[in-house]
Amino acid sequence: MNAVHTPQRYYLAPPSYWPIMGSVALFTLVSGFALLINGVAAGAYVMVAGALILAAMLVGWFGTVIAENQKGLFNKRVDLSFRWGMSWFIFSEVMFFAAFFGALFYIRNLALPMLGEGQTMRLLWPHFVPAWPTAGPGLAQRFTPMQAWGIPAVNTLVLLSSGATVTWAHWGLKRNNRLQLIVGLALTVLLGASFLGLQAHEYWNAYHHLGLSLGAGVYGATFFLLTGFHGAHVTVGTIMLIVILVRAVKGHFDPEHHFGFEAVTWYWHFVDVVWLLLFIFVYWL
Amino acid sequence: MEAVASHDEHAGPHARGLVRWITTTNHKDIGTLYLCFSLVMFFIAGFFAMLIRAELFEPGARLFSPALYNQFVTMHGLMMIFGVIMPAFVGFANWQIPLMIGAPDMAFPRMNNWSFWLLPFAALLMIGEFFVPGGAAATGWTMYPPLSVEMGPGMDMTIFAIHILGISSIMGAINIITTILNLRAPGMTLMKMPLFVWTWLITAYLLVAVMPVLAGAVTMVLADRHFGTHFFNAAGGGDPIMFQHIFWFFGHPEVYIMILPAFGIISEIIPTFSRKPLFGYASMVYATASIATLSFVVWGHHMFTVGFPASGQLFFMYATMLIAVPTGVKIFNWVATMWRGSLSFETPMLFAIGFVLMFTIGGFSGLVLAVTPVDIQLHGTYYVVAHFHYVLFSGAAMAIMAGIYYWLPKWTGHMYDETLGKWHFWLTTIFFNLTFFPMHFLGLAGMPRRVADYALQYTTLNQVVSIAAFGLGLSQLIFLYAIVKCIRGGVPAGDRPWEGATSLEWTLPSPPPYHTFETEPVIS
Repeated sequence: MNAVHTPQRYYLAPPSYWPIMGSVALFTLVSGFALLINGVAAGAYVMVAGALILAAMLVGWFGTVIAENQKGLFNKRVDLSFRWGMSWFIFSEVMFFAAFFGALFYIRNLALPMLGEGQTMRLLWPHFVPAWPTAGPGLAQRFTPMQAWGIPAVNTLVLLSSGATVTWAHWGLKRNNRLQLIVGLALTVLLGASFLGLQAHEYWNAYHHLGLSLGAGVYGATFFLLTGFHGAHVTVGTIMLIVILVRAVKGHFDPEHHFGFEAVTWYWHFVDVVWLLLFIFVYWL
Repeated sequence: MEAVASHDEHAGPHARGLVRWITTTNHKDIGTLYLCFSLVMFFIAGFFAMLIRAELFEPGARLFSPALYNQFVTMHGLMMIFGVIMPAFVGFANWQIPLMIGAPDMAFPRMNNWSFWLLPFAALLMIGEFFVPGGAAATGWTMYPPLSVEMGPGMDMTIFAIHILGISSIMGAINIITTILNLRAPGMTLMKMPLFVWTWLITAYLLVAVMPVLAGAVTMVLADRHFGTHFFNAAGGGDPIMFQHIFWFFGHPEVYIMILPAFGIISEIIPTFSRKPLFGYASMVYATASIATLSFVVWGHHMFTVGFPASGQLFFMYATMLIAVPTGVKIFNWVATMWRGSLSFETPMLFAIGFVLMFTIGGFSGLVLAVTPVDIQLHGTYYVVAHFHYVLFSGAAMAIMAGIYYWLPKWTGHMYDETLGKWHFWLTTIFFNLTFFPMHFLGLAGMPRRVADYALQYTTLNQVVSIAAFGLGLSQLIFLYAIVKCIRGGVPAGDRPWEGATSLEWTLPSPPPYHTFETEPVIS
């Protein structure tokens, strides 16, 4: 295979220790978690160790890729691979949320009406009214559902504005206006952090004043898992935005080559859209 | 031209020993790792099957407690699916897709390494379950609540193993899709791709679409187990049946994830040994896509007994039957490819013909099970066990064996031992049918699955099945020996050991150089 080399077309990654480190990290993390939830308190330390290894791996791996990129090893084809990769990753995330939205719709439209009809139900729980929101017929817990037109509505505004600021930053990048890029990104990070702060306050409020907890029947379960996984994604997205902000300050991007930036905006818009669906179907309707 | 310098850097000699395999970013190395892992797991999960058959040799549950028996059943299923069949197909994808489309490697070589190296850790979690209080998960691979909510810590380990396997599958699938869409050689248009590549493109799409749904489902089980939620508890307004809906929304596409790459392998082998191009290439592509699309709307046929309204039963019944149409297209195309071909019957072809015949039996019993009123009778009986072993063993597993014999000469540079291959095929086929065909009768007679004991009238057939199953298990040692022998040496294979083979990998030396296409091949 010593024919004419066309290395500008193909980039071959050198061997790497990052993947095995990631596997060890995940194994440690879940082992610790399994210990912890089964009553072994020391599992928490194992978990933290796993999380730290994972964080180190992510920093190292992304650092390697960024360094390779800065050296100019990547070409159009690699760029396109990253685009396909990110798109399909986001699609997989869509399907992950689809499982939980599917559960919500199934409970509200199929399981709940069935729970309120039939002879068995009349015998078991004669006083149960199958109306959403519910903690179910058999729990003593009473709760107040989360209201849409308070903090959640503000949060909707916050996230929608953050979508706008990140786009404004992108315009700045494309026009090679560094100040607009950096200010736009910084604003987006701030809005993301505000969202998380408000969400944390809302959770605190739910647990301490509304009687709304994970254990508050199927309403609590769907509410906290849907908004919780969304919040986790916003957290990851905010961290990604911070990384991109640092890279923007370092001057890693130019108006033509900035897929790292774009990937993060795709992800950010994705969590934005998930929030809109949450606002409509979890908080509002 | 920094790129040139760095290119030479890693085209050079690679690391040796264990470090090579742990750090490799080479698609051939990673393909080999996947296939070896799959082979090891095949014998572990197969050993569980032997234990199951030993228990069922006589009624009375004498060897193991019913709880331990259920753990063997569960781990046999989970490991065969996630540890054997899926990794084997990903191994084929790693080896073959870059060679077949003229790509230098997979699109994300490091992520490729990670996709593999997550698997041994997930396997470790699953094997470790036997050593924790309460033992391994004993719910069956479907993990239905409320049982899965009640089980011991083994269930948590299963859930985490599934999370890790899911991450691995999703990354692997994204890698395969990106490689196929972005790294084809000039001239390799989509409709010129070998059918194996097409089936994997569609399989990878299914994986990205449904593995996250499984992750969601087991996460809800985890939350119900430890965080006080009531997803699957009616007292809290939840519904245990909901788990079945979410699980089978994943589970049915998963069935096709395990069979579409098999279709791809068979579609490579039959034309080669018929010395004719594949009949109806385009219709094969469309049939594969149709099967994949339909797979999202048939999940209800796994749960006809949960009390659907008649409209739901009718929908799922007809949607399921509709899948027989594109599947039938494939069967007819394979037969038409062989029609008037100049056939020869080397081991890969024997396995391929065996696949077509026996997979069709599994397809027909699937049609029987699709009929709602019949399914209500057969649900949870050995008829179902017979059905899915016809599609998963004589379907997926035998297609994998066919593919191994077909491509081993390319991968190792040596021919395998044809006599051993033929012995392996015939013993496997005979024992397979003796093992699983009687299960149809047992199921029709009402023997329930996933129970360590049975009524006396089922004894004779169970003894036939158990003896045949031991024969089937032992026959696989021939497979192992044939593979090891081929790796260690044999008649040199040459670039193209099969005269009828036409795809791109056969233009390369056997074994192909460590980095294959450093330059782009041009497809005319």
